[in-house]
Amino acid sequence: MNKPESTGLADRPRAGALRRPIHQILVPFPVAYFAAAFATDLAYWRTAEVMWYRFSVWLIAGGLVMAALVALAAMVDLFRNQRPAWIHALAYAAAVVLSILNVLVHSRDGYTAVVPMGLTLSGVVLVVLLFAISPGWTLTHRYRIGAKA
Amino acid sequence: MTEVRTSLPRVAAILAAVAGLGLAGCNDTGGDPKLQIGANPVLPPLHQYLLPPIRIATPVGWGSETPKVPQGLQVHALATGLQHPRSVYVLPNGDVLVVESNGPKAPIFRPKDLVTGVVETLAGAKAKDANRITLLRDTNGDGIPDVRTVFLDHLNSPFGVALVGHDLYVANTDAIMRYPYQDGQTSITAKGTKLTDLPGGPIDHHWTKSLLASPDGSKLYVGVGSNSNIAENGIQAEYERAAIWEVDRTTGAHRIFASGTRNPTGLQWEPTTGKLWAIANERDEIGPDLVPDYLTSVQDGGFYGWPYSYYGQHLDPRVQPQRPDLVAKAIVPDYALSSHVAPLGFAMSSGLGLPAKYEGGAFVGEHGSWDRTPLNGYKVVFVPFKDGKPSGPAQDVVTGFLDANNHTHGRPVGLAMDRSGALLIADDVGNAVWRVSSAGVSATPKPAS
Repeated sequence: MNKPESTGLADRPRAGALRRPIHQILVPFPVAYFAAAFATDLAYWRTAEVMWYRFSVWLIAGGLVMAALVALAAMVDLFRNQRPAWIHALAYAAAVVLSILNVLVHSRDGYTAVVPMGLTLSGVVLVVLLFAISPGWTLTHRYRIGAKA
Repeated sequence: MTEVRTSLPRVAAILAAVAGLGLAGCNDTGGDPKLQIGANPVLPPLHQYLLPPIRIATPVGWGSETPKVPQGLQVHALATGLQHPRSVYVLPNGDVLVVESNGPKAPIFRPKDLVTGVVETLAGAKAKDANRITLLRDTNGDGIPDVRTVFLDHLNSPFGVALVGHDLYVANTDAIMRYPYQDGQTSITAKGTKLTDLPGGPIDHHWTKSLLASPDGSKLYVGVGSNSNIAENGIQAEYERAAIWEVDRTTGAHRIFASGTRNPTGLQWEPTTGKLWAIANERDEIGPDLVPDYLTSVQDGGFYGWPYSYYGQHLDPRVQPQRPDLVAKAIVPDYALSSHVAPLGFAMSSGLGLPAKYEGGAFVGEHGSWDRTPLNGYKVVFVPFKDGKPSGPAQDVVTGFLDANNHTHGRPVGLAMDRSGALLIADDVGNAVWRVSSAGVSATPKPAS
């Protein structure tokens, strides 16, 4: 793959790469996992088929692992002088805390692992997350630093 | 920045509410177990948890100590250095069979199953098993076995044993095997014959299969445990489980004798009425005082509630879809043993060898569990019987398995009465078999032949 286009990408100015938040790459993962968990929760609610419930609990657990990586990356971004977008960062954190509760609820045995509390939490987490990432999949003000120059 | 100031209190309020919710799940302490012993146990409302209380009793071994018995009894080790002994069986010539066994590897279906594995390891429940039966024989009658041989090897998580004539039946976790047995034999090398398959893997949540022959020897009764705590692996996984099977000894054909018994780990004939009795382990994770494990007579065709309900018509909301038709006919067990005691050993008193107060009744080996605070069980109790029914509160007979710091020296499992009427106890954490006899009486009146 030694096409001229790809060498062009590598030559992109370093300053631009620095300004881009690292955590932005990872932010979509927990959102996707938790959204999928809401979908499998809905499926379990309607069918009581344990396969859906097992999908849910693994998806939430996986989403939490990815959320931990997002938190690490966001911390690195703060050290790189990016200002947090407080409202969105806190909303994101709240969604993660609710998901920790949710994985515990989902670890119960039987139907009440999902209905009604698990399903409700999955739905609330999804709404909060969609708000948190609404400005562009990032929890920092990525375009402010150096943007005026 | 003004945005931050207005939203912070709101976020703090949410976090405080969340933390409160979490705390509500912990610190739930069980009441007096005595309120749940007998025919009418007090049943509190059920709770569901974010973090089900787990209390691990760390195994520390016996050292120079032994279990404790009340005055009039004495206890000594019949054998030590065993590998996870789960049950004991006494042959007609007095030889003692010790089943050294543990469950098959549990599959990982949920993140929770990883945690359960760690808990079991810490509590000493993951010990390597030998999958064999060891024979102990006391030839000189001093109460200390002087012959110890591997009686049967290469079994598959065995638990129940029953001898009918010269046919020895061993209930592996997935099949009943038949072996030819000659009186006095100390080792069986013959390849076994399969009488029937039993519900085994791949999940095999409750793996022990208890076994009892009918008095005329024509039938075998098998206690088959459920494949889950509360059907969370799907009701399909529970096919012919949580039931007591009746197996025809000649053909191997079976029918479900009773169902809805979550984990029937011990079966015995009540001697005055000739009725079948069972001990059973009830469900977890709905409170420290739910659901009491029980001792009950078993009615032919009877349904005992699991998973849909407990103690008659108390519905379990964790099961969906429900079965009102089955719940309507659910039988209330005869005698509650209190919650999370985990009865795994059951022996009817033979009326020999022990003081008169232990003449008519049932001994129950309570293995104890990590699902309750404070811990309950971890002892052997005696339930007195009169006219074929329990007639009073359970009395502690063998204690000291758990010390004051909640460390375990051992955990009692299977029980049997030996030929002289002494009580034998398998201890799967102390890796021993204990023998409880009348104080001051020589250990064994008759030497084994």
